[in-house]
Amino acid sequence: MFAYVVRRVLATIPVMAIVALFVFSLLYIAPGDPAAVIAGDQATPDDVERIRQSLGLDRPYLVRFGSWVWDILRGDLGVSIFTNLPVATMIKQRIEPTLSLMIVTLCLAVSIAVPMGVVAAWKVGTWIDRMVMGFAVLGFSVPVFVVGYLLAYVFALELDWLPVQGYTAFSQGFVPWIENLILPAVALGSVYIALIARITRATMLEVLQQDYIRTARAKGANQVSILFLHALKNAAVPIVTVIGIGIALLIGGAVVTESVFAIPGLGRLTVDAILRRDYPVIQGVVLLFSFVYVLVNLVIDLLYTLFDPRIRY
Amino acid sequence: MALLEVENLQTHFRTPDGINRAVDGLSFSVEAGETVAIVGESGCGKSVTSMSILRLIPEPPGKIAGSIRFNGRDLLKMSDKEMRAVRGNEISMIFQEPMTSLNPVLTVGRQIGETLRLHQGMSAAQAEDRAVEMLKLVGIPEPQRRVKEYPHQLSGGMRQRVMIAIALACNPKLLIADEPTTALDVTIQAQILDLMRDLKRTVGAAIVIITHDLGVVAEVAERVIVMYAGRKVEEAAVGKLFGSPRHPYTQGLLGSMPKLGSSLTGDETRLQEIPGLVPSLKKKLEGCVFASRCPHTTDLCRKVAPALEEKAPGHIAACHYAIKEAVAA
Amino acid sequence: MSASVLSPGDVSAATVKAAAPLPDIMPPVKVRKGLWGFMYRNPSIAIGGTIVLLMILMAIFAPLLWTVDPTALAPARRTREPSAQYWFGTDMLGRDVYSRVVYGARVSLIVGFAVAFCASVAGLTIGLISGFVRWADGIIMRVMDGLMSIPSILLAIALMALTRGSVGNVILAITVAEIPRVSRLVRGVVLSLREQPYVDAAVSCGTRTPVIIWRHILPNTIAPMTVQATYVCASAMIVESILSFIGAGTPPIIPSWGNIMAEGRALWQVKPYIVFFPAVFLSITVLAVNLLGDGLRDALDPRMAKRL
Repeated sequence: MFAYVVRRVLATIPVMAIVALFVFSLLYIAPGDPAAVIAGDQATPDDVERIRQSLGLDRPYLVRFGSWVWDILRGDLGVSIFTNLPVATMIKQRIEPTLSLMIVTLCLAVSIAVPMGVVAAWKVGTWIDRMVMGFAVLGFSVPVFVVGYLLAYVFALELDWLPVQGYTAFSQGFVPWIENLILPAVALGSVYIALIARITRATMLEVLQQDYIRTARAKGANQVSILFLHALKNAAVPIVTVIGIGIALLIGGAVVTESVFAIPGLGRLTVDAILRRDYPVIQGVVLLFSFVYVLVNLVIDLLYTLFDPRIRY
Repeated sequence: MALLEVENLQTHFRTPDGINRAVDGLSFSVEAGETVAIVGESGCGKSVTSMSILRLIPEPPGKIAGSIRFNGRDLLKMSDKEMRAVRGNEISMIFQEPMTSLNPVLTVGRQIGETLRLHQGMSAAQAEDRAVEMLKLVGIPEPQRRVKEYPHQLSGGMRQRVMIAIALACNPKLLIADEPTTALDVTIQAQILDLMRDLKRTVGAAIVIITHDLGVVAEVAERVIVMYAGRKVEEAAVGKLFGSPRHPYTQGLLGSMPKLGSSLTGDETRLQEIPGLVPSLKKKLEGCVFASRCPHTTDLCRKVAPALEEKAPGHIAACHYAIKEAVAA
Repeated sequence: MSASVLSPGDVSAATVKAAAPLPDIMPPVKVRKGLWGFMYRNPSIAIGGTIVLLMILMAIFAPLLWTVDPTALAPARRTREPSAQYWFGTDMLGRDVYSRVVYGARVSLIVGFAVAFCASVAGLTIGLISGFVRWADGIIMRVMDGLMSIPSILLAIALMALTRGSVGNVILAITVAEIPRVSRLVRGVVLSLREQPYVDAAVSCGTRTPVIIWRHILPNTIAPMTVQATYVCASAMIVESILSFIGAGTPPIIPSWGNIMAEGRALWQVKPYIVFFPAVFLSITVLAVNLLGDGLRDALDPRMAKRL
């Protein structure tokens, strides 16, 4: 078991190295002089020169990559071209709202989507199943920001139940914090709920066909116990896997959701950085999100043994 | 009153290209403590029959009609809750696939204990103690250790023993065994059949054994029901059926069974086969169900479905031409 | 044994006993054949396909659908509410939202189909290489793992941040983000097919690799690739709108559903219809493509279909 964990952790190093190389190279994939690209159309030659120096573009490519990686390992993500603040500091300032949004969305989505998928599989072919599946397809089909605007329009502007926009820090109290997060979390969660509900339903349908479910029914087990004890535990591995993979959707969606609801998080930081072509910030945020994503999925991989005794490391 | 009385059982399934009449008009009864075998080719409706008795057929797409009286109460009229109290308690079932019939993520003890907790209100600890006893009863060595193991840690024969332990945990009055030995090695098959016979004596349950293996029938059954295309075509005590089969289908079935050592005794006769295929159950059949494959078919057979008739005392068959007193073959 | 059966002549009509007829316990099944039968059994394909077709027709015949020039500015009639004259109202520059939405279908559909096509071709190539060339497999799959570790929207955003906003660049950026998924799918199919006895047989008979790919691998990848391509198409249209929304998408000159919404964004609290109409069109189209994908999956994958 321990050896397996070490092996899995080591196996993520090449993946992360490729991510880092890719993120670093992004700037040079684009045609033209990277410094000029970053500086934008209205830049003076002085601006371009200043950017070139701050990025160290006068040194060879691999040397730059090496020192960039070395800096990252020391926690130095470079300096923003626009604000001249260290990227790491900017990220630290913005991390709380994004983390709050993600966690609330994750909890909300899993607690809604899994029962939805289970019930749909149980009532397969009925109108309940069709409603759940219809909702799932709809969730995939409506862009996050449209859901966000719709929710804000109905629940904030028309009904005035919840705040339209903004974020209140957790330290200001739980109620204002959660009030500001409900609408963004539902909007952000719509795709995620759809994804989890679909995979839950599909896996549960497969599991409910199995002989051991028939055995459980022949024993006189009731429906709740069949669904949640006998079937769901067998369906857990694919469901948990998709919850992990789906975090990519949450990260991508957070960028948009934070714009819609004016949440001062990493997503907003990304959008602002793109509009200003503040490349060190973009690199820093993309790198951070990707590493978090890889780590979450690593942890999920290691959790499989909890759900299935047949998996041994 | 018999323990189980099945009357005019019809189990049909809706499919996109027609209604599959998997079981159509089956009647039989089982006395307390008796062992009855239902035999037939795969697809003849024998498994559907066993699933129908416990109402394990998903509805829809399936539908069950007729009546299934157990101790005088019609199972088909029971509520789901009443039905759950019967399943695993008064009637229990053993399935064909010991490899897949046990839940892979629950311990053996938990799976045996579940019936006890459901039907006898035992606590988790009591149920586990009883599970150990049950494992000992079905002949599993080191029950204390095995009770905490998962199914994938057991061999096929042991898993079928666990299935039997689950089925017998609540001392059922009726045990339905659906091809209990088919998936097992021959040596293990004999062990499992012996175990079932021994346990039947200790527990005193009636057994309905469903199989396509006439060897198993001869081994354990007292009475045999032969099914073909969703119907009963013949029924008799095991000796009579093997000695003087009345229905041409039963005759074909027995003729296609290899006899041990027949080639050694110089008996070079080829095994008989039944020509043709089982008719599609998605169309309503005119006439006798076996008409398309029977060597003796006449116009009468193609037009009129024969009723089940008593051809000899305690020996019934559905054939226009099966005579009343058998002439030994 | 046949001795126990009488010859037909021995049975007189009087002794014939007919079995009691059995009742039907279910209403009969109507078996539908032909195109209608297919539509009836696969409503997702029928509904999704029809809507996608309608949207394509709308995009092609946009000038004939009572539209005006979608880029014509008219500062005098800015932000009009929907009316008989301006069906979907006008935007903050006085442009007719209805015309913009109808024309916008062109960009959105082109992006969707182009990404689906490019990602399929690239993914097929990469997947085949990595399934057949052993030494390349490790490298390719590590690179794909790396690409997949960057959330796809983030990757597309990062790519767009560096290039000028053009339809071609949007297609390219989204395609790059979608390639890993498709190539993994193809690689999976190739690897599982290579285990098949008939492919083994072909290899042992000395069949050359290109012939094996053409005869055995490609035909088997078509079904899963088609399904995957529809999902990629749907997701590309969504990503296009998101890129436009955050200002990293197609240039504002050419209307797309994404950038119409992006422009309506500033006014969404007071003039929600500017965002509403393109959102409805986009969602319905993506919904239709997704339905089509689900329908195709059920129809093409017998194992999944049997279950339903």
